[in-house]
Amino acid sequence: MTMRDDFNIPIDEWVEQGVEWVQDNLTGVLDGIAEALTIVIDGFEDLLLAVPPLVLAGLIVAFATWRVGWRFGLFAAFSMVLLFGMQIWTETVSTLALVIGSSLLALVIGIPVGIAMARNNTVETIVRPVLDLMQTMPPFVYLIPAAIFFGLGKVPGAIATLVFAMPPAVRLTNLGIRQVSEENVEAGLAFGCTERQLLFKVQLPLAMPSIMAGVNQTIMLALSMVVIASMIGAGGLGNTVLTGIQRLDVGLGFEGGLGVVLLAILLDRITQSVGTDGRRSVKTGPAALIPRLWNTLRGRSN
Amino acid sequence: MSEKAPPDKLVIKDLYKIFGPDPDGAMKLLKQGLSKDEIFAQTRATVGVQGANFSIREGEVFVVMGLSGSGKSTLVRMLNRLIEPTRGHIFLDGEDITQMSRKQLIEMRRRQMSMVFQSFALMPHKTVAENAAFGLNVSGRPDKEQRDSAIKALDTVGLAQFADSYPDELSGGMKQRVGLARALATDAPILLMDEAFSALDPLIRTEMQDELVRLQQHEAHTIVFISHDLDEAIRIGDRIAIMEGGSVVQIGTPEDIVTNPANEYVRSFFYGVDVSKVFNAGDIAEKKALTVFERPGVNVRAALAQLRDHNRSLAVVLERGNKFRGLVSTKTLARAESGGGEAKWDDAFIPGVAAAPQDMGLAEVLSLVSGSEHPVPVTGDDGVYLGIIDHKILLQTLDKTG
Repeated sequence: MTMRDDFNIPIDEWVEQGVEWVQDNLTGVLDGIAEALTIVIDGFEDLLLAVPPLVLAGLIVAFATWRVGWRFGLFAAFSMVLLFGMQIWTETVSTLALVIGSSLLALVIGIPVGIAMARNNTVETIVRPVLDLMQTMPPFVYLIPAAIFFGLGKVPGAIATLVFAMPPAVRLTNLGIRQVSEENVEAGLAFGCTERQLLFKVQLPLAMPSIMAGVNQTIMLALSMVVIASMIGAGGLGNTVLTGIQRLDVGLGFEGGLGVVLLAILLDRITQSVGTDGRRSVKTGPAALIPRLWNTLRGRSN
Repeated sequence: MSEKAPPDKLVIKDLYKIFGPDPDGAMKLLKQGLSKDEIFAQTRATVGVQGANFSIREGEVFVVMGLSGSGKSTLVRMLNRLIEPTRGHIFLDGEDITQMSRKQLIEMRRRQMSMVFQSFALMPHKTVAENAAFGLNVSGRPDKEQRDSAIKALDTVGLAQFADSYPDELSGGMKQRVGLARALATDAPILLMDEAFSALDPLIRTEMQDELVRLQQHEAHTIVFISHDLDEAIRIGDRIAIMEGGSVVQIGTPEDIVTNPANEYVRSFFYGVDVSKVFNAGDIAEKKALTVFERPGVNVRAALAQLRDHNRSLAVVLERGNKFRGLVSTKTLARAESGGGEAKWDDAFIPGVAAAPQDMGLAEVLSLVSGSEHPVPVTGDDGVYLGIIDHKILLQTLDKTG
């Protein structure tokens, strides 16, 4: 007994001290991050809410029909009717903004990290356990420091979502690049690619299906964080579910849950259609935006 | 590097490649005369290539031959430094490739050396023309020049009409033509070909070999060709280097090597294999017979005239879709014509001639050919005519066994 009481590695104290230190010394940085995130996510939400609901719903249905097919378009239309009927449109849009905003951030950070991992074994050795930690640590645990650092609201929600949703984007980017066949890489080099050209002209395009699978997974995970994030005031559909739980209102909870499910199906099928559409999507689909953006940016920097 | 290289295109001097943790230690052991296996046991280092010394002349097809693991791929990849040599020098027109900076190396790869790969290594998301233009694209040439050069190269390999298709719409042989076009488009004087035709089926492979030889007659490239296939090496090689366990054991013309094999290993390449088991009918059939197409207008008289015009006594008759129909000779045609009344086309065929399927083994072909006074026609899938085998072709093939 005494042995157990005496032997104490005070990890809890260290973590608290660490959190306090960050709070005392990095307030400026934290505020900056919070500011930037607020602009991104609020901006997104305002933008989506500024569009008349019927127009936005119409756009979503049209996009679903174009990317997946008319059957899925019908399903999308049906979903829109349900969302309006359950009177949770505003919450849905709010959740959509949070999911897309934090997914975008997760990708902007995750894909470059994945690329670095694929190109350097040391980076891979370091990043891999961090990813394991991010994926297995129960989200409630980093909800607390997120709330301490950023207060309540959308920003800590977005940060928690970011941490939870980023790993698949990193892992699948890494995997996709490493799986590009040796001969394709050799062909790139043999024709005189620089390291950069090899990445942009050979590795990234050939890894695109895998990267898109990562994008899809990131969006799905972001959506699954909605309810948890609403506990620290992220709002949206999660809030509807949470209110349902708190009031033991089964109907309300179900409506919120159904909203999440509909959104999940829509986002999943639409992003998947981008990933599985083979070479056409890489050239002309939305996925082409990524390499095209890179190219534009590179063109400017040169 | 002040060493003066002879006027060869590529000169390889004392080239070594050792894979593994301690190349220097392994080099020392190698100098002490230890074998590859002993060195691996002591240092966990693998000797890829040891002490390669030879030159490749401008405009020749130089085949590097050996079994898998003999170091041929490593050797060729050191020429453009896809694999960094451990020791030694490679001179390209007198300039040492092993001493080039990163920048010079990239420039050299863009202008001097291109490469064709066994599994084609095309980019599936790019069109055939974009694939062919890859080297020029990487060099940052203007779009129009890229497209024009790509189309020209595709035209050379007979694929210009597929410029805007995607690789997955092409057959294996066509894909490798694209691979070849990609290498030709950069106008590099040296072509490295890594088992370029090994993934193709035998018939397409021979076709591609012939095409390469034809290409070579038009615009002479210096070609370094890796192969494990004896027949291929003899067919296309001006000179052949044979590798065993990382060393080059013999270099010479195909005739040199066949008549004076340097050691038992080389001999085994040529004598160890029973040719009649290695080849089948499709491999050795040649399209050297005159062909007559059976179409509505054709009759005995016209066919006979055709044979006499070409001074041949025998012709292969093909029906629609290049399918084999039968053999006719001046004798049978003349007999049908003199048969009185309307000369019947169906009577003009040599009776009892059956075509051999392309996958028939050489042993069977042997008994067919020896039992017939006529050449034996060979057909592929769906009865498509591939060529004939006569006594001469058969004897030449069997002669390779010595």
